[in-house]
Amino acid sequence: MKILVCISHVPDTTTKIQFEADKSGLNKAGVTFIINPYCEYGLSKAIGFQEEGKNITGITAICVGGPEVEPTLRKALAIGADDAVRIDANAGDSAFVARQIADYARGKDFSIIFTGKESIDFNGALVPGMLAEYLGLPFVSFATEMDLIAHERARFKREIDGGEEIVETALPVVVSCQKGIAEWRIPNMRGIMAARKKPLAVVSPTAVKDYTPTVSFDYPPAKGSCQYFEPANASGLVTALVNKGLI
Amino acid sequence: MEPVVKQQALKGGEFLIRETDAREVFIPEDFNEEQRMMAQACQDFINTEINPVIERIEHMEPGLLPSLMEKAGELGLLGITVPEEYGGLGMSFNTSMLIADIFGQTGSFSTAFGAHTGIGTLPIQYYGNEEQKEKYLPLLGSGQWKACYCLTEPDAGSDANSGKTRAVLSADGSHYLITGQKMWISNAGFADLLIVFAKIDNDKNLSAFIVEKTFGGITMGEEEKKLGIKGSSTRQVFFNETPVPVENMLSERGNGFKIAVNILNIGRIKLAAGVIGGCKDVLSKSVVYANERRQFGQSISGFGAIKHKMAEMATRLWVTEAAAYRAGQNIEQKIEELKASGLSKEEAILKGVEQFAIECAIMKVHGSEVLDYIVDEGVQIYGGMGFSADAPMERAYRDARITRIYEGTNEINRMLLVGMIFKRAMKGELNLLGPAMAVAKELTSMPEFGEDTPGILAEEKKVLKNLKKALLMVAGKAAQDIGARLDDEQEVLMLIADMVIEIYAAESALLRAEKMALTAGEDAAKSQLSMAKIYLAGAVERVQTAGREAIAAFATDDEANVLQMGLKRFTKTPLVNTVALRRQIADVLIAENGYKL
Ligand SMILES: Cc1cc2nc3c(=O)[nH]c(=O)nc-3n(C[C@H](O)[C@H](O)[C@H](O)COP(=O)(O)OP(=O)(O)OC[C@H]3O[C@@H](n4cnc5c(N)ncnc54)[C@H](O)[C@@H]3O)c2cc1C
Repeated sequence: MKILVCISHVPDTTTKIQFEADKSGLNKAGVTFIINPYCEYGLSKAIGFQEEGKNITGITAICVGGPEVEPTLRKALAIGADDAVRIDANAGDSAFVARQIADYARGKDFSIIFTGKESIDFNGALVPGMLAEYLGLPFVSFATEMDLIAHERARFKREIDGGEEIVETALPVVVSCQKGIAEWRIPNMRGIMAARKKPLAVVSPTAVKDYTPTVSFDYPPAKGSCQYFEPANASGLVTALVNKGLI
Repeated sequence: MEPVVKQQALKGGEFLIRETDAREVFIPEDFNEEQRMMAQACQDFINTEINPVIERIEHMEPGLLPSLMEKAGELGLLGITVPEEYGGLGMSFNTSMLIADIFGQTGSFSTAFGAHTGIGTLPIQYYGNEEQKEKYLPLLGSGQWKACYCLTEPDAGSDANSGKTRAVLSADGSHYLITGQKMWISNAGFADLLIVFAKIDNDKNLSAFIVEKTFGGITMGEEEKKLGIKGSSTRQVFFNETPVPVENMLSERGNGFKIAVNILNIGRIKLAAGVIGGCKDVLSKSVVYANERRQFGQSISGFGAIKHKMAEMATRLWVTEAAAYRAGQNIEQKIEELKASGLSKEEAILKGVEQFAIECAIMKVHGSEVLDYIVDEGVQIYGGMGFSADAPMERAYRDARITRIYEGTNEINRMLLVGMIFKRAMKGELNLLGPAMAVAKELTSMPEFGEDTPGILAEEKKVLKNLKKALLMVAGKAAQDIGARLDDEQEVLMLIADMVIEIYAAESALLRAEKMALTAGEDAAKSQLSMAKIYLAGAVERVQTAGREAIAAFATDDEANVLQMGLKRFTKTPLVNTVALRRQIADVLIAENGYKL
């Protein structure tokens, strides 16, 4: 049974976001990139299955992006993926990414395709569902638990408003991972050294249109400054509000 | 006069008389992807496994520290330098420095880690025979066994070779029976293996033994109650006719002191690496606190007095980092060179480190004193909260203090490093005499201002070159005047050591900034160039102060004038607005809400 793990390459959670001067994109100078934490749950889960002896014959990590995403893929190899694939295209909108991954995965017999529930950069949460649709596979979103059960089926726990839901599906399946499905793993030093020798294939993209290219980025409006009034000066507060036309 | 030849310094101590090409030094920015990934994994381990239980470690919860060591072992973090054929990773010297650097923020754990992977494991790795390495290294590198190092005794601390622990051959010649008392032994509480130094019969010199805990005749004292690193195990160890098979002697009879010294050399440079992680952690926390804490209607990070502290902390730690990895790389290059010349890997490492023993001692002193400066200012930035055991500065402050004491006290290291410089000069291994005489001649001639070579940090390089002349002048004259009784003039030795340390640190700073400017451009290296300038300005003052005091102490009246004039000439420096430079650094720290330089 082969597993495909989608790896999104995202800025570290502590990054102070700054855009290029022309607002065309993120200013990447000095920014550390990491494996999207939700994707990393999927990777951990896949390795977990392998360690439990679930007859996993290969774990492939895949990312759509330029050469700059390769360190992130090598991190996935260090953690335990067996090989990696980079689809050599700048990641466009969600449909673009989902189509690229679907075109790669089609016909390759992956039993499970893991994704994160969303990427922490754009928070679109669209790729997983689109990917399932393009591949014509069942889709389980926000999975917090997953077990492989008999007859090539899997059982999941997923988060729903105010509770949880148990679902079951036949494999192959696309799963979007939520916290809880697995614990992150720290790569072993030996794994890090071995990553160098594991295959990382660069694949040409298929001709897919980016329907919703980004025009520009901007910052949220700056927070206004705060004006304090002493408790004794309630009338001052009222006057200020009146002057601002708020009351 | 031109005492300076442009060439890569490949000999220890040579930095005093040679100029180094910035492009040839290693800077932390040069770490490759794999090394960065290892450092990150180490940081992840700290974040997930150590930080959440730090209070429990500090209270010495039984079994916790050794179990964390085992987890580190599972990740391969204890076998970084252990050769691959013995189950380790066989990584480079600077990689092992990097791991020590990251663990530096963990206080008690860092000590346990250092005692195990450094002084505990290395004696076997470097001096063990094939059987000993095969038997013990896989156990140590994986963390299945924990090691400690028993050198110090109640009456033999700094004077380590004066130990009274004895080893006597058993009647049947199969075992040595070791009897004696060791003190201040890190990891003693849970160690499975002890490296023990003892004298066989009435030998003048120590021998070293690999002792398994289960050999018998070993009892432990209570855990010492300590000022800091309270979570680390430190105990007395008593040996009462502990039978040690003769095949467990390390190296040869009487070679123990040499082993101890060589292992300590490595320990010293690793200690310098180990302070870096601690310094960064303390500074980052201090910046966050200063940004959050408001007084007089604003963040205290906006106050000039606090900016000064943050920028000075950043500068000093950045300089220690520059110097530690520069030395680390010199050692690594030397090791490679020696290996290529046919030495075994282990011999090459020992000889390589020995060659840079001066730099190791310099870095031990500089690193530990920078750490102490930083934790002190960290407490100050936190104000009352700095004094509270509920905030992180209090522990950092206490934990830092040990670094000036172990791995040879800073006094011992200061004396050692000057002693080594003089010894090598005397033996002709280090050509100090020529340059020192040239400087002496220059003293009696008209001051020459040197040609202005344009380029990055050109002015600063000239200042540094002169600092070296100041050192050569003072040290040269001291050797001439009081060389025979220098051991009785420790104060002068200490002052010369301070000058040497400042020069090495300042030069490392200039080189790192220059290399960054060369590779990333001067704009991108703006902060780094500023830090180099700030450090140099301070170093000039410190060299001057130490030089004046030394001259006053040993020079005759006629000499003193000339020397003082010379010192003035060689420590002349243009006025630098360090206040403005520090503000610039502080503003970067404030904006990034931590230290990322
Ligand atoms: C927490 C902790 C952990 C330790 N871990 C270990 C360990 O794992 N294994 C081990 O073997 N040892 C260990 N030590 C021992 C440590 O290395 C010694 O404490 C250190 O070498 C100093 O020796 P001492 O304590 O006897 O001090 P002393 O040698 O008595 O020194 C006292 C003071 O005198 C100064 N002094 C001594 N001699 C001279 C001199 N010739 N000239 C000028 N000044 C001098 C010193 O610099 C110091 O300031 C540890 C110590 C501590 C506190």
